[in-house]
Amino acid sequence: MRERLALSRPTEASSGKTGSWRTFRPVVDKEACNACGLCAQYCPDGVIDEELNIDLDYCKGCGICSNECPKQAIAMVREER
Amino acid sequence: MPGGGGAKLSLQMVTNVDERSVNNLSAIPKEEYLYKCTSACAGCSSSLCLRYVLKAAGPDTVLVVPACCTSVIQGIYPGTAMNVPVYNIAFAAAAACASGLSDALSARGKETNVIVYAGDGGTVDIGIQSLSGAFERGTNFLYICYDNEAYGNTGMQRSGSTPLGARTTTTPGGKRTAKKDLDRIVEAHNPPYMATACSAYPLDLYKKVKKALSIEGPKFIHILAPCPPGWRYPTEKTVEMGKLAVKTGTWILYEREFGKLSINGPSKAAMRKPAPLEDYINGQGRFKNLSPEIASEIRQQVERNIQRLSREEAGIC
Repeated sequence: MRERLALSRPTEASSGKTGSWRTFRPVVDKEACNACGLCAQYCPDGVIDEELNIDLDYCKGCGICSNECPKQAIAMVREER
Repeated sequence: MPGGGGAKLSLQMVTNVDERSVNNLSAIPKEEYLYKCTSACAGCSSSLCLRYVLKAAGPDTVLVVPACCTSVIQGIYPGTAMNVPVYNIAFAAAAACASGLSDALSARGKETNVIVYAGDGGTVDIGIQSLSGAFERGTNFLYICYDNEAYGNTGMQRSGSTPLGARTTTTPGGKRTAKKDLDRIVEAHNPPYMATACSAYPLDLYKKVKKALSIEGPKFIHILAPCPPGWRYPTEKTVEMGKLAVKTGTWILYEREFGKLSINGPSKAAMRKPAPLEDYINGQGRFKNLSPEIASEIRQQVERNIQRLSREEAGIC
């Protein structure tokens, strides 16, 4: 292979840190959470990890996790900037 | 027939998928092949579906992506959000390209999965001739159409897949014709496996992709992918909207293996007792100010479709 082939390499943040797109931030109430994992299952960007922590650098704030949470443990709070 | 020879037409099961093993979340692989931070809109169904498609397919996969939202959300050179090789190709050529790739890989003795991941415009309108050609040739590949019912990344123009009455930027008064029934067109090619899926049921999608990839020959999966900016609903309702589409019977989840139809669980319940269609329609801005005549026409279409499929499953027609 030629060395200077114009290939895109897989990387995180290929479009910059999308956390800045957010208007509403998900805030998890760990007391109410029963760790069912539905939020991680439905997150379109896969920013919720196995311990169900939300990576706020990349979370776009769509609110699907909050809407689908069976325990209503995730609140969407307006970002203060 | 180019390349691969007659062995491909035997259409046999290559490996067995243990279906019971993927009924819960823990059975889904943890690896993400779609990295965080694509430039997809917030609440995008396409990236949600692609996560599960790639989890099911694994690292030994080549994606063929024609012009569609997915060709945009990969990110900016020199980075890409996808951890599998991606071939970006012109609208009309996705399935033809996959045909060549599949034959070339099998000629080299590789068992790489070739998956076309195309939008509805690139499948229903522009790419339908290459899709038809590849299915006729019996290419060993999986064609996935994620259907957001309009041309999303150019700003929501109508496509052949836009349903009756939906407003898009090119049909401001609502589309006057019905959605093209792509599944029946593909069905006419007698593929060994075809299925419909919905982004609101990712485990079901995962299972279907696994099953499709275990079968030799041309496979097809049609995913309904609700789109917040296009359908004009709040971003958090993406999954809810997908579930409503299934519960109202507007979208029916089924599989067709070697021609034999089987309707999946969520749709079976919905076909017996569908939820009111208004729940689905009133939640979307694209159906705003729908006239009663069009609304009843949509309802009749949904009922006809439910009846046709339930008759077929019962073996009546």
